[in-house]
Amino acid sequence: MGHTLFDRIWDAHEVARTGGQGDGASLIAIDRVFLHERTGASALKRMAEMGRTVRDPARVFAVMDHIVDTRIGRGDGTLMKGGEGFITETRAACKAAGITLFDVNDRDQGIVHVISPEQGIVLPGLTLVAPDSHTCTQGAFGALAWGIGSSEAEHAMVTGTLRMERPKVMRVSFTGRLSMGVSAKDMILTLIAAHGAGGGTGHVVEFAGEAVRALDMEARMTLCNMATEFSAMTGLIAPDAKTYEYLAGRPYAPADFSNPHWATLRSDDDAVFDSEIEIDASTIAPMVSWGTSPEHTIAVDASVPQGPTRAHDYIGLQAGDALAGTQIDVAFLGSCTNSRISDLRRAARILDGRRIAPGIRKALVVPGSLHVKRQAEAEGLDKVFEAAGFEWRMSGCSLCFYAGGEGFPEGSRTISSTNRNFQGRQGPGIRTHIASPETVAASAIAGAIADPRDYLRETAETAA
Amino acid sequence: MSAFPSPLTARAAPILTDNIDTDTIIPSREMRSTGRDGLADGMFAPWRYSDVDARKPNPDFALNQPQFSAAQIIAGGANFGCGSSREHAVWALAEYGIKAIIAPSFAPIFHGNCIRNFLLPVTLPRDVVEAVAGEDITIDLAAQTVACNGSMHPFTIDPEAKQMLAEGLDAIDLTMTQSPAIETWTAADRALRPWVYLGDKPKEPA
Repeated sequence: MGHTLFDRIWDAHEVARTGGQGDGASLIAIDRVFLHERTGASALKRMAEMGRTVRDPARVFAVMDHIVDTRIGRGDGTLMKGGEGFITETRAACKAAGITLFDVNDRDQGIVHVISPEQGIVLPGLTLVAPDSHTCTQGAFGALAWGIGSSEAEHAMVTGTLRMERPKVMRVSFTGRLSMGVSAKDMILTLIAAHGAGGGTGHVVEFAGEAVRALDMEARMTLCNMATEFSAMTGLIAPDAKTYEYLAGRPYAPADFSNPHWATLRSDDDAVFDSEIEIDASTIAPMVSWGTSPEHTIAVDASVPQGPTRAHDYIGLQAGDALAGTQIDVAFLGSCTNSRISDLRRAARILDGRRIAPGIRKALVVPGSLHVKRQAEAEGLDKVFEAAGFEWRMSGCSLCFYAGGEGFPEGSRTISSTNRNFQGRQGPGIRTHIASPETVAASAIAGAIADPRDYLRETAETAA
Repeated sequence: MSAFPSPLTARAAPILTDNIDTDTIIPSREMRSTGRDGLADGMFAPWRYSDVDARKPNPDFALNQPQFSAAQIIAGGANFGCGSSREHAVWALAEYGIKAIIAPSFAPIFHGNCIRNFLLPVTLPRDVVEAVAGEDITIDLAAQTVACNGSMHPFTIDPEAKQMLAEGLDAIDLTMTQSPAIETWTAADRALRPWVYLGDKPKEPA
């Protein structure tokens, strides 16, 4: 029987069985650890208190992304009360631990899951962990990359390993091709809407199929990013020529990928998965969440279904209401899900020559990294966003979540390219609709939840 | 921190909503320092308080009702603890006094965080969770059972997690006893995959 890509990576990293009568527990070697100032600082602090040290500091990285301010001209100060403490403590702790830090205004700073690939820190076949649930993003490179808690981050830094139960493996195949105006965000939202926010529990998910192979690396990251919203341990995609082209020449990547090892990183044709899901990509429409869980998601032109009363009451929409046309107050473009250069290009294409609606009270673009920011500026995208009425920011996680500092106007309804529409996620009482960058851009122009395909058709006709 | 106090007899407070996320268990704005303390007050803040800033209790929330005061067990919905990896959610629950959560399923990172903090996650079918919610129950870790109104409900748990909870073992201390195996593995891997090891490639300061 053939092996899955997951099996290959797991088996190659199994240092020992962890004993007892356990029939699946192993000590798994960890190749890379990435921390941020929100949860990583807690791990570094406990490690120091316990008198422990990092086993191999060259393979542990940290970045300021979660609490750091994103306003132009930023320093260590934050609008969040006490936020500066996270930043200064993390900086001191990284120095004491001897690990590499991408500091507030380092030219390589950005959201952890944007900069790790940019730097070539994640590589195919590696195990990579971070005390951040969206670490699954990096599975796009064929690495086993997953989110953990602060205690586990300390364990990984100190011992170079984690004690793990072997997960099951699921394959999610997207057949066919995406249609115009539909992107990777819509693929993952379709999966979660159809199979539930707990649909991946106990599994690692390998994404496969024609529509996945057709995605560029940035879109693959968007797809894998929300494996955690599916409650999977992580998602991953077998590396191919696109993967190695992306990584070639990156600062921490190897000089070449000629070693025969790289060609082994795939699932065998006769590999058997514990479960399989198949989705026809050509039937996927732009998706928008209506409620307070990512599973509360429907096509932009569909009506709100029955659901938990708490979700309906919080979001202020009842079963039968049309989602399209629902007035919005805020548009947010950013987060580890959709803040890379290709995301900004697709949004800018819709916004070019247009203005956000007068009713929009706040519209933000927060690039995923300072590299993305510079690239966008070189292409003039910042001018497109500003002319449309968006604020242009420094990179960071920003208002993907509300930390107590900068916030959206009270009672706002937001259209957001982020990953979580939980109650209060973007602030007390804030009602979040998650969607693709295309849909965020279209909705900002309309001042209401809108179908990006209408604007793309119009743009295409104008150009013709 | 200490081992799970088995057997534990207490009333199971019902918070049976599915997909309870860690933003709800401990909102980001309630995490005010890099420490692990002072979080219990913000636990479940959006549901527990009708006015969060004033800390005005919401009488509809189970933990605010007299029969569930000083709760040590929560009966929760499926996919409990989904969302952010923040271990602060478990630290907040533990500081409040929660020793065990019974739910149809748990989100994976939250489940791992529970084990590392000796908070017992018990996975049982939905109908059993609903049957024990609000009742006085006894959780016996050694026997792997939940007893309620004369019924006995067995549950499964990874043997190593069980031992760690029962004995209050520190995972890092335990793994350090396997250091020779880690050293041997690393030496062999370094020959196979030299690109993994970055000792000679430090980042230049910006």
